[in-house]
Amino acid sequence: MTAPAIELKGISKAFGPVQANKDISISVEPGTIHGIIGENGAGKSTLMSILYGFYKADKGEIWIKGTRTEIPDSLAAISAGIGMVFQHFKLVENFTVLENIVLGAEDSGLLMPSLSRARKELKELEEEYELYVDPDKRIDEIGVGMQQRVEILKALYRKAEILILDEPTGVLTPAEADQLFRILDRLRSEGKTIILITHKLREIMEYTDTVSVMRRGQMTATVKTAESSPEQLAELMVGRKVLLRVDKVPATPGKPILEIEKLSVVDSAGVQRVKDIDLTVRAGEILGIAGVAGNGQSELLEVLGGMREGTGAIRINGQPLPLSGAGSDARSRRHDGIAHVPEDRQREGLIMDFHAWENVGFGYHREPEYQKGLFLDNAALRADTAAKMEKFDVRPPNPWLAAKSFSGGNQQKIVVAREIERNPDLLLIGQPTRGVDIGAIEFIHQQIMALRDQGKAILLVSVELEEILSLSDRVAVMFDGKIMGERPADQTDEKELGLLMAGVAGEAA
Amino acid sequence: MEKMPKWADVVLIPVISLLLAAIISAIVILLIGESPMEALDLMVTGALGSTYGWGYTLYYATNFLFTGLAVAVAAHAGLFNIGGEGQAMIGGLGLAIVCLYIPFPHWSIALLVAAVGAGLFGAAWAAIPAYLQAKRGSHIVITTIMFNFIAAAVLNYMLVSVLKPKGAMDPATAKFPETAQLPSLHEILAPLGIEFSKSAPANVTLFVGLAACVVIWGLIWHTPLGHEIRALGKSERGAVYAGISPVRTVMITMLISGALCGLMATNNVMGEAERLVLNATEGAGFIGIAVALMGRNHPFGVFLAAILFGFLYQGGAELALWTNIPSELIVVIQALVILFTGALDNMVRIPIEKIFLAFRKENA
Repeated sequence: MTAPAIELKGISKAFGPVQANKDISISVEPGTIHGIIGENGAGKSTLMSILYGFYKADKGEIWIKGTRTEIPDSLAAISAGIGMVFQHFKLVENFTVLENIVLGAEDSGLLMPSLSRARKELKELEEEYELYVDPDKRIDEIGVGMQQRVEILKALYRKAEILILDEPTGVLTPAEADQLFRILDRLRSEGKTIILITHKLREIMEYTDTVSVMRRGQMTATVKTAESSPEQLAELMVGRKVLLRVDKVPATPGKPILEIEKLSVVDSAGVQRVKDIDLTVRAGEILGIAGVAGNGQSELLEVLGGMREGTGAIRINGQPLPLSGAGSDARSRRHDGIAHVPEDRQREGLIMDFHAWENVGFGYHREPEYQKGLFLDNAALRADTAAKMEKFDVRPPNPWLAAKSFSGGNQQKIVVAREIERNPDLLLIGQPTRGVDIGAIEFIHQQIMALRDQGKAILLVSVELEEILSLSDRVAVMFDGKIMGERPADQTDEKELGLLMAGVAGEAA
Repeated sequence: MEKMPKWADVVLIPVISLLLAAIISAIVILLIGESPMEALDLMVTGALGSTYGWGYTLYYATNFLFTGLAVAVAAHAGLFNIGGEGQAMIGGLGLAIVCLYIPFPHWSIALLVAAVGAGLFGAAWAAIPAYLQAKRGSHIVITTIMFNFIAAAVLNYMLVSVLKPKGAMDPATAKFPETAQLPSLHEILAPLGIEFSKSAPANVTLFVGLAACVVIWGLIWHTPLGHEIRALGKSERGAVYAGISPVRTVMITMLISGALCGLMATNNVMGEAERLVLNATEGAGFIGIAVALMGRNHPFGVFLAAILFGFLYQGGAELALWTNIPSELIVVIQALVILFTGALDNMVRIPIEKIFLAFRKENA
C-alpha cells in the first residue's frame, strides 16, 4: 500500500480563545481529488494555511508521503511539493505570464537564463497537462480563467505534487469552471493530488473522490463522495437538516415598479461600465441579474441605490428619479421607496466598528422616528435593534456588540432586517449570501421570497448562478455592461446562462 | 477576538505609558547630573503646589482643551487636522478685531461676540484646506501644515502693518478695552471665599473649554451629524451608501474643528494677554494633536490629557527656572510622553493584551 500523499494528525490551532482547528486528522490518498467543505469560519482556510506554512499548529503532525515534515514557512511547503492556488490570485499584473511563473524561483542573479529555461519547461508542462497559455502575454491582458491557469502552472513549475485550490470557481463563468475541472481531472490522472476547498456542494459531488466536512473547527466526517449525497453533506456542515432549494410559488407580477431606460454609467476612470440598459421590474417579482463579477452589475446596483451618477432614465412607480445632482443620493433613493442591501456589507452596508444598534440606524439616522429634538434617539434605536434581532434571529441578540463581532451570516441578517423592515417598494440586493453560512442562506432566501410575495419588486444581483436560478422569476445576463439576454427562470438553465455570461449572444430576448 | 477589559484599555495602558516616559526622563536627568526626584518634586510643587501653579496649569490646559477637541473631532471623520496652530492664530486675529473695534458694555457680552469672531475666523482658515480635501483630494495633512505658515505670515503682516498702534515698538495690538477683559479665576473664586492667586492667568474660559467638551461629546455620539462624521471616518464607501455626502461632512467637520481652534483665542489672547501678540499660540495647536491622541479622541480623555500637558508645561517652566536642567530638556520630557502615549501605544498595548488573554484562558 502506498503512503498517503498528505496525512495530518491531530492538528490544533487556537487564535486567542478561538479554537480554529481542533484535533484534525485527515489522510489524502495520492492521485485523488479530495474536497474540503464547510461553512465560513469552519476552519478550512486555517487548516490550509497551516499546511502551507502561514501558521504554525499548536499541536499535531504533518506527514507528507510517509515522512514527518515540519512546515515553518511557505518555502518549506514548496520544497515539500505543496502548491497553493489562492482565491485571490497573487500575480504581478504588468509582468508577463513567463515572468510571473519564474518570479521567486530564479536560478541565479541573472534573469535571462532562468527565463529561457522556464520557457522550455513551461512548454513541456503545457503539453503534459494540456494547460495552454501564451507565455508572453501580460497578466492584465488575459482573462481570469487564464490567470488561474498561470497560478496552477506556477505551482507545477515548482514541482508541486500536491495542489491546494481555495474556492477556485468563485470568479469563473460556468464554462471556465468546467475547463478548470477538466484540467484538474488531467492532473489527477497524471498522479497529482488535489485538495479542493469549496462551499459549493455541486462541485464536491461532481468532481471529488473523497470529501471531508468541517464544522466549527472540527472535522465532522470524511466520506467517499460516491457514497454520499448533497443533503447528507449539508447536514454535516450545518449540524441540522437544511432546505437546499427555495420553496417558490409562481410569481404574480403586477404593475411595473422600476423602469430603466438607456441607463449608462461611466466610472471615475472614464470607463463605461453600464451601456444603455433597459430593464423593468414589476411588483411581486424577482429579477435576477446574472454575470461574472465585474461586468457592470455592481455599477448598476450603485446607480440605482444612489451611490454613483449615471445617464438615461429611471422611474419608480412611474415617477422619474434624477440620476445625477440633487436628489440622486442614497438618502433620496430611500425616500423614493428603494431599499438597498449592498454587495459588500463590510465596507458599505455596515460600519464594522459601530455597535449593532448604530448600524440599524445607518442610512436611516435622519428618519423622524430616530430623532429626539436635536439629538439621535439612541434608546429608540436600541429598542428597534433588539426587536429586529429577535425577528431575524440574529445571534447573539445583543445590540451593543460591534458589527465586526458577528459572523458573516448574522451581519447580513442585520443589513437585510434594516432594509426589508422599511417596507420598500423596490429592494436592491447584491450578493445576498456571499460569505454567509448555509443556515443563514436559507433564512435570507426565505425573507426575500416573503417580500416578493407581499408584492414588492426585487432586483437581485449575484455571481452565484444557482442562487439566481432558484430565487429569480426572470433572469437577465450582463456582460461587458450590456444586457445579453433575458429569460424566464424556469425556461433556462446554467448552460444557456453560462454562454450569455461569456458574451456569446443568444437569440434576441 | 476577545478583548481585554475596558478599564485596562483606558486607564492601565496610558498609566504604564506615562510611567515608562517618566522612567526614561529620569534616566536622562540623571545623565546630565541632576536629581530626578528633585526635578519631579519641583515640577509637582511648581505646577500643582500652589494656586499660582494651578493657575498656570489650568491656563495651559484650557488652550489644550480647545486644540485637543479640534483634533479629536476631525479625527472622528478620518481627517488629521495639523493646522490647529494656524487656525488658533487666525482665530486670535478675529478675536482681536472684535475686541478692538466693537465697544462692549460688559465682559460677558464681549466674550460671547469675541468667541463668535474667533470661531468664525478659525473656521474660515480651516475651510480652505477642507474644501481642497473634499473637492480636489488635496491631502489635508499637507494643506493644513502649509496653512500654519501662511497664518503666521498673515498674523505678522497684520500686527506689523495694520493693527500695531502708532509709535509702538513691538508687533502687537493695543491693549483691549477694560470691558473686553475677562475675569480671572481669582476674581471668580473670591466671592465664594476661595483664595486663588491673583497673578495666575487661568480665567473664565476654562469653563468655556469644559462646556465645549460636553458639547462635542453630545455632538459626536448623540446627534445624526456625529453619526455621519464617525461613519465617514470609518468607511467612505459606507457613508456614500448611507446617503451621507462626504464633501458636506468633511466641510462641516473641518469648520467645527477650525472653530474650536479659533476659540482658543478667548483664553490666550482675551483672557491672558488682553491684546494680540506674535506667537500667542505657543505651539498649543501641535500639543492638541498629542492631547487628542492620548485622550483617544474622547472629550473626557482630552480633558485628562489637557490637564496632564498643562502640568508638563507649567512644571517644565519651573524646572528651567530653578535648576540647571536646560529648557530643551523639558521639550524632551514632553516629547517622551507624546512618544509613549501616542506613537508607541502598541508597544505597551500588545504585551498587556497578551497578559490579559493568557490570564483569562487560565481561569476559563
